[in-house]
Amino acid sequence: MLNVVKCNAAYDGVPALVDVSFNIKEGEIVTLIGSNGTGKSTIARLVSGLIKASSGTIEFCGRRIEKLPAHEIVKLGLVHVPEGRHVFGKLNVKENLLLGAYTTNDEAEVRKRLDLVYKLFPILKERMYQKSWSMSGGQQQMLALGRGLMSNPKLLVLDEPSLGLMPVLCDELFAAIKKINEEGITVMLIEQRVLEALELCDRGYVIQNGRIVMEGTGSELIESDTVKKAYLGM
Amino acid sequence: MILQLLTGGVLLGCVYGLVSMGLSLIYGVMGIVNFAHGALVMLAMYVSYWLNTYVSLDPVIGTPIIALIMFGFGMILYKLVIKRVLKGPFLARMLVTFGLSIFFINMAQFLWSPDYRNIQGAISKGTFMLGSVFIELPKLVASVGSLIVAALIYWFLRKTKTGLAIQAISIDRSAASLMGINLEKLNAIAFGIGIACAGAAGSLLASYYYIFPDVGTMFGLVALVAVALGGFGSTEGALIGAILIGIIETLGGFYIGPEYKYALIFLSYVLIVIVRPKGLMGWGAD
Ligand SMILES: Nc1ncnc2c1ncn2[C@@H]1O[C@H](COP(=O)(O)OP(=O)(O)O)[C@@H](O)[C@H]1O
Ligand SMILES: [Mg+2]
Repeated sequence: MLNVVKCNAAYDGVPALVDVSFNIKEGEIVTLIGSNGTGKSTIARLVSGLIKASSGTIEFCGRRIEKLPAHEIVKLGLVHVPEGRHVFGKLNVKENLLLGAYTTNDEAEVRKRLDLVYKLFPILKERMYQKSWSMSGGQQQMLALGRGLMSNPKLLVLDEPSLGLMPVLCDELFAAIKKINEEGITVMLIEQRVLEALELCDRGYVIQNGRIVMEGTGSELIESDTVKKAYLGM
Repeated sequence: MILQLLTGGVLLGCVYGLVSMGLSLIYGVMGIVNFAHGALVMLAMYVSYWLNTYVSLDPVIGTPIIALIMFGFGMILYKLVIKRVLKGPFLARMLVTFGLSIFFINMAQFLWSPDYRNIQGAISKGTFMLGSVFIELPKLVASVGSLIVAALIYWFLRKTKTGLAIQAISIDRSAASLMGINLEKLNAIAFGIGIACAGAAGSLLASYYYIFPDVGTMFGLVALVAVALGGFGSTEGALIGAILIGIIETLGGFYIGPEYKYALIFLSYVLIVIVRPKGLMGWGAD
């Protein structure tokens, strides 16, 4: 479904990604793990078109997308929920969700998606008219996720959705991600909560200093010495 | 007397408000301070003047048409000039609208001479008494017209899909593009709407104001202060800031002296910025 081949990217000439290659198959949950500042978010921005690769190719559902602008990539069904939520604070919950469905003009379709999101996150329905800046971090995260679902994703790229959440909420969040995946949506999950992410995922990649240094199934990575030492503190 | 002055101030402030809203919208969406805003008010006044001279279109009745013309002109200006400097260095973004302003003013002097003109036989003219307050009809019409246009813009930004997208961009550009919003396209629309505000105000003013190449300069400056006063990027704030300025200008002009009225406006601005740098309605960081 997604095939990234030998991508390089830099911020103002400083390399952030070096020859990054990975792939995601339809229906999978694939996780990217790695410590802070290693380039995980940069990979998310790269596939969603917020930044451009200096070299390399990205194929999504049989189409080359590395040159497409971000707003075109969303239309293809590759939806990026950025790190730190980035909800539109001044707008209310419903307006945020409607913006998620910006690319469709079919009102019946929008209502269908809205119902789906409200079913998954009832709190968003209750808080429909609340300004999103006034909600708690966990609720904002639900909103960011719901807004992403409103874009009708084939592939949902989640960048550290558990950031700043209390452990109870994290369990809820991971359950929600699993549910989303069971609805037929492929998930690319970037996480600092390595153990939970590896338990949830089908496969995972380990990123260090802008390179992919390891890949395997969730259980393979949990068992590997490198991951144990570096990320699980064992 | 005070009531008379306040009325005059509010009436003036409403027109300032419409000019300021456009400026605020453009700043909020693309981070450009449009120093050419006043010059565009001036251009709209001339368009209004020529339409009146050649096809006898009344400036007040012609307001929607002139707003539409200025909307189109704004879009073209965005595509030809503004778009190119948006990604450029900060100084280029600041200076380009300065350059445009000087260009438009000089162009007006060259093409239409520095002579003062005014529109004869506008429909809205005359005066009447409202209780003890003496009101000039053209000023009342211009301010009510400004409020109507301002309300339309307010409604558009809050209740339409395109308006919501424009708000989203002004809150968080990259998150907006992740929603599938085409920033370039919406920038052009927002710039067009901002200029249409200047255009509508210019047309309404043309019914009673003298028209000359430098006429917009003060409107542009006042709008800048109003926007800073109201909080950069907040369109409601800009409107409120502008009405305040209208009041300060008329009261100050009367009690302290007309030669100080603009100094007073800028002084109150400096004071507010010291007390509350975000402006009256400023929201969040930057
Ligand atoms: N907008 C930016 N401008 C410049 N450098 C950046 C920017 N964003 C990230 N970087 C740098 O790129 C590297 C990777 O960052 P990032 O992808 O955010 O890491 P992670 O998500 O794994 O924590 C870091 O060294 C970071 O400092
Ligand atoms: Mg990150």
